[in-house]
Amino acid sequence: MHADQHDQHDHHGDEEIHVTTSGYVTGFILAVILTVIPFGLVMGNVIENRFTAVMVLGLFAVVQVVVHMYFFLHMNGKMQGGWTMMSTIFAVIFVAITLAGTLWVMFHMNTNMMPEHKEIPALTQPAAPAPVAAPAVEAAAPAAVQEQAAPAAQAEHSGHGK
Amino acid sequence: MSNQTISASAAGAVGQREYHPAHEPHPENGTSLGFWLYLMSDCLIFAALFATWGVLGRSYAGGPTGAELFDLKLVALNTAFLLISSITFGFALIQKQKGNLNGTLKWLAVTGLFGLAFLAVELYEFYHLIHEGLTPQSSAFGSAFFTLVGTHGLHVTFGLIWLVVLMIQLNKHGLTRENNRRVMCLSMFWHFLDVVWIGVFTFVYLMGVL
Repeated sequence: MHADQHDQHDHHGDEEIHVTTSGYVTGFILAVILTVIPFGLVMGNVIENRFTAVMVLGLFAVVQVVVHMYFFLHMNGKMQGGWTMMSTIFAVIFVAITLAGTLWVMFHMNTNMMPEHKEIPALTQPAAPAPVAAPAVEAAAPAAVQEQAAPAAQAEHSGHGK
Repeated sequence: MSNQTISASAAGAVGQREYHPAHEPHPENGTSLGFWLYLMSDCLIFAALFATWGVLGRSYAGGPTGAELFDLKLVALNTAFLLISSITFGFALIQKQKGNLNGTLKWLAVTGLFGLAFLAVELYEFYHLIHEGLTPQSSAFGSAFFTLVGTHGLHVTFGLIWLVVLMIQLNKHGLTRENNRRVMCLSMFWHFLDVVWIGVFTFVYLMGVL
């Protein structure tokens, strides 16, 4: 008797997730479309601009993740009294901070700590850079070096990023 | 007088018992919530590995690059295997819902075969890459690549082991309450791995060859 009750209790819990063939097939078709398009874009070299391509691919990935969450993982705001959704939102925020923070900090470090920045000490000592950069230029030398160094650093950074 | 005292203390006891009800209220399906929390923590592991990839993924150290090495046709094949294994797991759940043990086992077996095919292709790819000169030691790109993709592959491996163990349990005990719960947990795990794979093929392979 007791076991019966328990079974019913559990069955009630199970009914929170009711899976349907149509739900899975819909999710599968959407997932296939959202997979084939990015592969096609990259394999066919459709988008020339690298930044645009990265943005478009990222967008497809995000949409596909949502499709998988909804159709395969059966996410909704009601599961386990909303705790599943809450923990997911927390995880998404945490992942976003981890990714964005890491990329931001590390690329910043990369730009500012490149080995080619050996000229930086020269910038801080106005007397020193004159023989290094251009002996003819005197007062304008530090500014000139700074102007030269900045594009050089950028070029190196983008070269590194290639 | 003493009678009153007793009834008062009894009332106190009843009052206390309200904090410890005989029937503890607990959320239904607590295991799925706990397992979901595990998956979210797993998500953080992958977030760290993706962040590492984002920082180091283009530090080739003069070695081979992703654009030279990655074979997108192979990756597309692998993606297809994993995606198909997701829907076959869904069919297993539908059979389970109908109470059809043999149908459940059959679809779980199909899922396992696609998972195995995925792993086989991935191992072939790793073998090929190492043969071409990309190892975890060759560059930061190599380290980040093998750590991220390898961790995902390890998850799939353990998912497969779990799948086989679960099929043995299902075969032995049938669709019991416990086995139902286990199938639901493995389903979450399996679909979660597919979600991670979306990130892998997008950020590692597709963006890697751009």
